[in-house]
Amino acid sequence: MDFKIGIIAMPGTALLNKTGSFANENPVFKHEKCTGCNLCIYFCPEGVVYGDKKTKIYDYDVDYCKGCAICVEECPVNDIEMILVEK
Amino acid sequence: MLTKEETHNGIFTMGHTACSGCAQSMSVKLIMEVLGKNTIAATSTGCLEVFSTRYPESSWRIPWIHSLFENSAAVASGIEAALKITGKKDGITVLGQGGDGGTADIGIQALSGMFERNQDILYICYDNGAYMNTGYQRSGLTPLNAYTTTSPSGKESFGNSRPKKYMPEIAMAHRIPYTAVASAGYPLDLQKKVKKAKSIKGAKYLQVDVPCVPGWKYEPRYSVKLAKLAVQTGLYPLFEAEYDKIISVKKISRKVPVEEYLKLQGRFKHLFKDEAGKAEIEKIQNIADENIARYALI
Repeated sequence: MDFKIGIIAMPGTALLNKTGSFANENPVFKHEKCTGCNLCIYFCPEGVVYGDKKTKIYDYDVDYCKGCAICVEECPVNDIEMILVEK
Repeated sequence: MLTKEETHNGIFTMGHTACSGCAQSMSVKLIMEVLGKNTIAATSTGCLEVFSTRYPESSWRIPWIHSLFENSAAVASGIEAALKITGKKDGITVLGQGGDGGTADIGIQALSGMFERNQDILYICYDNGAYMNTGYQRSGLTPLNAYTTTSPSGKESFGNSRPKKYMPEIAMAHRIPYTAVASAGYPLDLQKKVKKAKSIKGAKYLQVDVPCVPGWKYEPRYSVKLAKLAVQTGLYPLFEAEYDKIISVKKISRKVPVEEYLKLQGRFKHLFKDEAGKAEIEKIQNIADENIARYALI
């Protein structure tokens, strides 16, 4: 990795660290009752959830999701569920 | 519309090593969305510093500096002074950050100096109610009767014997232009307060309630639920103040008894064992009721 002398790290290099390995369970976006409220994007501690308000299609970045299930708990219409990850 | 590529380009990127379900990383993400690229941040020692800048990696895409535990407000003051003297201050937000220990205990003299000089800095305190990074030691913002490793519960004790310090009121006592309290459970309210703080010149203090999964001992999925319950019970009143006057409060729609908030957390588990614990819960309820009356939350 390329970094400068002194205790200086290059911006945004944390992306090299794939934190998806933290997760025991990962969410599944069922796309059945979704209202496009965007709460899953707001409440994601990692910022891995992305999607579109209009099409109501949401997904997440499996490389970085830590599987905390906050999106499942906070979804107002219970349109997200957790599944066990097979590793 | 947010695409996968755009999520990778945030100012505070993923890949940091915060615990699963960390409300602090959630709050930082929301705050940096509002503050934008023209920000210089100083951060004191604490969870945020440790998990976001695991050498040689960094989650930040803005100039970011860590010096010591006690001096993030002093470092931010120096940055602000340097920007002023070189004529580059316009359009740049200087941000000081710290945990509750780094703000209310160790860093309070540097912070008080920054307030007194009324320097154009936004200081954000992420309040998780103890020194969580080093293994849950009691801080000045630890709530009454919470278990921490330096205020353990047992035969002789119900945990922390003193109530939480009213840190926002200490900030208000400095007559700074803007003081606000926000919570990770109310992201739009949090972003609105950051936006307002960004637009005001002078010293600003923002305190954010951030539930801590390992320190409060709960399932990661309840982070937001607990942050919301803290507000709805009246234990964490959200308000905004200008100088020494409170200008707005977040009203509670339905008052929730404190038991509902306490029973989800392992750090209050000892209060539900016997009759003596009930009396202690009553004391916590009194604190909530006092807050509701004091800030006119209902």
